[in-house]
Order: sequence, then structure tokens, then C-alpha cells
Amino acid sequence: MSLRSWLEIRLLPPMVVAAVFICVPWFFPSAYYYRIGALVFIFALAVAGLNLLMGFAGQVSLGHAGFLGIGAYSVAIGPAHFGVPSWLCLFAGAALSAAVAFVVGRPILRLKGHYLAVATLGFGLLVAIVLTNEAGLTGGPDGMTVPRLTLLGWGVRGSDVWYWIAGTTFLGGFVLALNLMESPTGRALQAIHDSEVAALTLGVDVARKKLTIFIISAVYASVAGSYLALFNGHITPDAAGFLRSIELVAMVVLGGMGSILGSLVGAGLLVVLPQALTIFHEYEQALLGLILIVFMIFLRRGIVPSVAAIFAGWRK
Amino acid sequence: MMILETDRLSIAFGGVRAVDDVNIAVEAGQVFSIIGPNGSGKTTLFNLVSGIYTPNNGSIKLAGKSATGLAPDELARRGLSRTFQNLQIFYRMSVLENVMVGRHRHERTGILADLLYLPSVAQQNETSAKAARTALARVGLADLANRAASSLSYGALKRLEIARALATEPILLLLDEPAAGCNPVETQEIDTVIRSIVKEGITVVLVEHDMRLVMNISDRIHVLASGRTLAEGTPEQVRSNPAVIQAYLGIHGSQEAARAFD
Repeated sequence: MSLRSWLEIRLLPPMVVAAVFICVPWFFPSAYYYRIGALVFIFALAVAGLNLLMGFAGQVSLGHAGFLGIGAYSVAIGPAHFGVPSWLCLFAGAALSAAVAFVVGRPILRLKGHYLAVATLGFGLLVAIVLTNEAGLTGGPDGMTVPRLTLLGWGVRGSDVWYWIAGTTFLGGFVLALNLMESPTGRALQAIHDSEVAALTLGVDVARKKLTIFIISAVYASVAGSYLALFNGHITPDAAGFLRSIELVAMVVLGGMGSILGSLVGAGLLVVLPQALTIFHEYEQALLGLILIVFMIFLRRGIVPSVAAIFAGWRK
Repeated sequence: MMILETDRLSIAFGGVRAVDDVNIAVEAGQVFSIIGPNGSGKTTLFNLVSGIYTPNNGSIKLAGKSATGLAPDELARRGLSRTFQNLQIFYRMSVLENVMVGRHRHERTGILADLLYLPSVAQQNETSAKAARTALARVGLADLANRAASSLSYGALKRLEIARALATEPILLLLDEPAAGCNPVETQEIDTVIRSIVKEGITVVLVEHDMRLVMNISDRIHVLASGRTLAEGTPEQVRSNPAVIQAYLGIHGSQEAARAFD
């Protein structure tokens, strides 16, 4: 890679995101904005992971909120029922998600396209049903309270603190994802997206590569789920529900398949828009739908890739 | 030494015997061509040999070792590579990156190193890029390395697939209609590329409809018709075989041809 493209691809996007992340709070009129900011970064983390799977390796998942749920309930159940510290539960949840992804991924990643979509959908539903029905452990449909995160005796509280934690974690996940894209594994995954058979005949162990990225994306979602639960202090099975899975997919596609920066933009838009549209009261949902349709019609490759293409056209 | 041997290789799809009892033996360093009318089972034979289909019957040996039922990626790691009749290009990637995927079986970094972009990954990328550039130069595409694969012409894409297969450092290369849809100039380029590949000691098995290319370049030709072996021999033997002429032109056509040659 030439120095210039290295700067443009590897260094510039994380620097820009870091700069925005650090500077934006100066313009926050109230603590409420920190809350929205934290939610954007938490969802962006899950979306970045899903984007690695969907936009990058070309494998759809309509059940990714299942992993969000596993991460969320790990930090809820662990401290409440077993007295395990929250931070340890976060890691345990990530490990559990990875293990579940390994077990579930092996059989279903053989499926392609719509068949894979339906199988992952089934997985997400399964997690949501277990979380709803195991009321003794999970509190059932009403959910359960999540004890506050404590690190070295310091109780993590406040939207502003969570803003910094979530943003920093997203930046970390962003850099890891960019690293992966530029690596041998990344090239193999992109190859699988375009032609599985060609990748196979070049010696790529396709099944293993798909499983690897499925596990990585599950860990991203799980960490995001843990953050969401710890931040909100309360969790319900909706976190793992079908609508949440669809929302994650919409964020990936809206921001741009295969663009991690797009994941932040997609998550940002779908977290902020519903808040901004509340002034329209009962028309809120309808307007949101309309805006999504308009975006997809005019920026059909997703916001970031489409805008980047427009800029590239100008430069010529 | 025999690089590739099949013994009574057969596969059927819903009662149709697409490949039926085919024995081929490809000697190292040769150009071995498989010809036959459309639907005679040439590509199916390729798919069997490269592990995409599993045979119902018969066996395959690669460099003397049994290779029956192995997956395509395992065969690739044993030194078998191929191209596709209908192009299988990684269109989202650059020309160079396409060929770098061909280096996959030689790449040694683990997933953790990849995620952290350790110095070993940077070094690996450089090594792979260098090898990929060499492969591109072998097919005359070195100048287009940084272009998007989707921007290449059809003939260039055909050669890109060959470069990608060469990057795996195969001992045996299967080329599925490399000149299909190419103009005479592009076909001549493919001819030159194949000759240089063989010169480097790589064995080539070729499926091709362009008879001039096949007759020029092949050491041996195996003729299939309706999934069965019709004939095998040197280009001269095959060219003068009445059964081959009949299979290609039909009984009526071969009578016409015989009359024309009189």
C-alpha cells in the first residue's frame, strides 16, 4: 500500500472519528446529549461487528440481537445471581457469545442467502424466547435491573462517563476492523463475498473463515449488549428481539455495507432520528420510514460509500 | 511421472451420466487438452478433478497420491489450481488484491495478528503483494495492478484468473476455456501465456473450443462425447480420427466434410 493510501484508509477515518468524538461534547447543551452519544457509540459497536459479517464477508444475520441479548443478560444475571463482578461478566458474556456463535455457526453458515437469513432469524428468536421464559433467572418479559459497573472500587455512573467509555471502545473496535480488512484474513473474507468457489479453489478454507468472522461479529455485539445493559441499568428480552436485529441490519445497510465508518453513521442516524422526530408526535414512525426510503433511493450503496463516490467523482 | 490420473471416473445428475467411466493420465510438464461438443462433460470433469463435485464412482490421483473426494481448498494446498469458464473474479477488489488471494495458502499470519495488524502482517502483505505482482507480470497485467478488477476488459479478466491461479504456485493448472469469447489477438496472448507456464514446469490441463489453439499447443488430446471417452492421442491422431469428426459435425456434416476434402 502506498503511503498516501495508507494515510487515507488506515489513519484518516479513525483520526476523524476520534476528533469528532472528543470535540462534540463541547456543543452538548445538556447531559441528555451525552446519553444519546453513548447510545450511538454502543450501537455503532454492534453494527461494526455485523458489518464485518454482512458487508465484508457477505453473510447475512437476522438474529444478531441474540448476541446483544447474551451480552446484556450476562452482566445482569452474573452479579445478581452469582455475585460475579460486572466487568468479569462482560468478558464472560463475550466468551459465551463466541462459544454460542461457534456452535450455531458451524451448521448454519453452510447455508447461503435467504436460507442463511431465515436460519439466523431462528437463532435470534430462540435467544429471545429463552430470555423471556426463564423468568426465574431473567425476570421474564419484564426484564431485570442491572447492577452498576464498579471498577477498582469506582462506581461507573453518569451519561458523560458512559459516553467516553462507549466512544473509546468503538474506536478500538473500529481500528481492529480496519486492521482485519487489510490482512490476509480480510482478503480471504472479501473473496468469499464475491465468489466462494473461486476462494475455495485458491486454497481458502471458506467454512473456517466464515465461522471466524461470525464469532468476531458475535463478540462485538455481545460487548455492545453488556454496555447497553450496564448503561441503562435495566434490561428486557426486547434487547435480543427480532426488531432489534432488523434495526442492526438497517443500520449496516443505511450507513454502507463494508464501511465501518458507515456503521457509525448508520447507528448515529437511527438513534438520533427517532429522538429528533418526537416533535412530530404520532407521525414520528411514518416520517422515520419515509426518510429511510429517501436515503436508500438517493444513496443506494449506503450513506458513506455513496457520498465517498460522489467526492471521488468531483476530484477527477 | 503422472501428475493427474483418473480411474473409471463417473458422476450422474438425475440419471444423466455427465461423466461416465473416464480414464485420463496426464504426464508432468505436458499440455493435456480435453475437447468435445457442448454438453460432453468437459467442465463436469474439471469440477470432479478440482473437488467441486464428488464422484459417484472411480478415483482421482494427484501426483501419485489419492485425491478422491478431497475438498477444493485441500486440493489447492496440494498444488492443484484452476480457472473458470464463466469468470469468478473478486469484483470488489483491486487486480492486485485478486491475485493476493491466490497467495492465501502461503500466508502464515493468525487471526489475532491480523486483528492487531502486527508487524508480521505488514511484512506478510508486502511478501504477498510482491509475489502477486510477479504473477501479474507473467500474464502481462503488471501495469493494471492497482486498477479495480471490475474495470478490466474481458480478455484481461481471463488472464487475471490465470495470474491468480499461478500465484498459488500450482504443480497442475486446469484452464477452463481460457480463450472463450476472446478475439484473435487475445487468444494469441493466452497461447503465449500457456507456453510460458509450461516452460516453467507447470502441467496444464486445458478445456477449449478454439481448435487452432488446442491443436497448436497440446501434447495430448482427450476427446469426450456424451460423458464418455471417444478418443485420445496426439493432435495429428485426433484430427484424423473419423469418430471425432463425426462427433463434432454429425453424420451428415462429416459426409459433407469428407466430400469437401476429396
